Amino acid sequence: MKGHKDWPKMWRSPEPREFYDIVIIGGGGHGLGTAYYLAKEHGLKNIAVIEKGWLGGGNTGRNTTIIRSNYLWDDSAHLYEHSLKLWEKLSTELNYNVMFSQRGVMNLAHNEHDIKEIKRRVSANNLNGIDSLWLSKEEIQKKVPIMNTDNLRYPVLGASYQPRGGTARHDAVAWGFAMRADEMGVDIIQNCEAHQIKTKNGKIEGVETSKGFIRANKVGVVASGHTGVLAETAGIRLPLQSKPLQALVSEPIKPIIDTVVMSSAVHAYVSQSDKGELVIGAGTDGYNSFTQRGGFNIIEETVRAMVELYPVFGKMKMLRQWGGIVDICPDASPIISKCDVGGLFFNCGWGTGGFKATPGSANVFAHTIAKNEAHQINSAFNLDRFASGKLVDEHGAAAVAH
Amino acid sequence: MLIIDCPYCGPRDQSEFSNGGEAHVKRPDGSADIGDREWGEYVFIRANPKGIFYERWVHSHGCRKWFNCVRDTSTDEILKIYKIDEERPKLDSFKNNVKTPSGEPNLGSGNFTVKK
Repeated sequence: MKGHKDWPKMWRSPEPREFYDIVIIGGGGHGLGTAYYLAKEHGLKNIAVIEKGWLGGGNTGRNTTIIRSNYLWDDSAHLYEHSLKLWEKLSTELNYNVMFSQRGVMNLAHNEHDIKEIKRRVSANNLNGIDSLWLSKEEIQKKVPIMNTDNLRYPVLGASYQPRGGTARHDAVAWGFAMRADEMGVDIIQNCEAHQIKTKNGKIEGVETSKGFIRANKVGVVASGHTGVLAETAGIRLPLQSKPLQALVSEPIKPIIDTVVMSSAVHAYVSQSDKGELVIGAGTDGYNSFTQRGGFNIIEETVRAMVELYPVFGKMKMLRQWGGIVDICPDASPIISKCDVGGLFFNCGWGTGGFKATPGSANVFAHTIAKNEAHQINSAFNLDRFASGKLVDEHGAAAVAH
Repeated sequence: MLIIDCPYCGPRDQSEFSNGGEAHVKRPDGSADIGDREWGEYVFIRANPKGIFYERWVHSHGCRKWFNCVRDTSTDEILKIYKIDEERPKLDSFKNNVKTPSGEPNLGSGNFTVKK
């Protein structure tokens, strides 16, 4: 036993070179995954990932780690299901335990409209080959006995359930992708903030960073809440609005809830971490902000719904609360697309639900960058849809109303 | 939570208000003639700066009047509130706390407001 000393470095920390074939801005799960798949599936090696802070310190480390693919429209269902299939083999693929736990995900219905919308979604999911079923109130009570289904303002009338959904260890996802990308020669550069995306004659030139100018043939921007301000430095306006999304965890307790329960209508969702903490997702603030904090009234609203749905949680103490800055698209769907500037790519607009898509998003974004064109799976998630009007409206499937 | 000084009712909790997004957005002239792309930009794209932001609020649970506001989105500090028919304050009359597009303010999020 070494007393937890002499741990080897999990990845190198090189100084940036003058030139890379591809620079990825943003060292979260999506960015690191993109670098991993570029190296692994497309044989590209001269790649850098630059990160303003530390790996996974943004929304990768701030989300509530819920994974599911029960989206309504075909385009989204294919994208999120592609991701879920990659999740199912990710620990083996990376030889690193991302603690993917398929404990099931439940979406509650509290009124007649919810029932219709959720049943429609269950049918749409089944037609797309996604496991999704309708649970009656009695079946919910059996699965989650602590839930108060009747004696509350918005009674629980039923739910959709996706057994293959679940949770994963968010940090491990960033670290796993980082380790394997690093092994294949990807330079991971932390504490390196992108200042300006430089273009010349409609083509990408490189990125001005806090560690100097880095030339690049291609640049992929995966900076979640900050993607919009970075795009602006290249003269590109994206349909994104950045807002804080909050989460909180309770003191740890013995196992009490062994699935994920989400409710969009009363806005409370909860799962229990392996440490025993209740992981609770709150909503976004109603105004643009980059303060990774969020308003207290949002927490109050969520906790109110939690206590009504689970009276047994009423006397628990909350340990921590935090916010992450999410970039929200008008149709609650992401943008995984090239743009007018040659060699510049964006993977953004994941809004309040990007974690579940991490491997799938990274996989198709790597394809888009390597081939200069979208993969079939992300072809609908282009920037042109905001001119053509062919939006992918997923407000119903998004857990956090926005 | 922010305290917003409604120009009609005085300072109230932010939860009484609703945000109306970017202020001073002008509908393009000649909308029958402009292309899909330009029209799409008007419909879907709004400013999203880290720093000085001109925005609209409405006092939904109060006087229900709309007004404009200048807020620093890196700190949430409200810099100016003005009525809807008043002139847009000039950008250079405000100090931007963020040195780079995605930089952090010196004191960290929210502390400006807290310290005052």
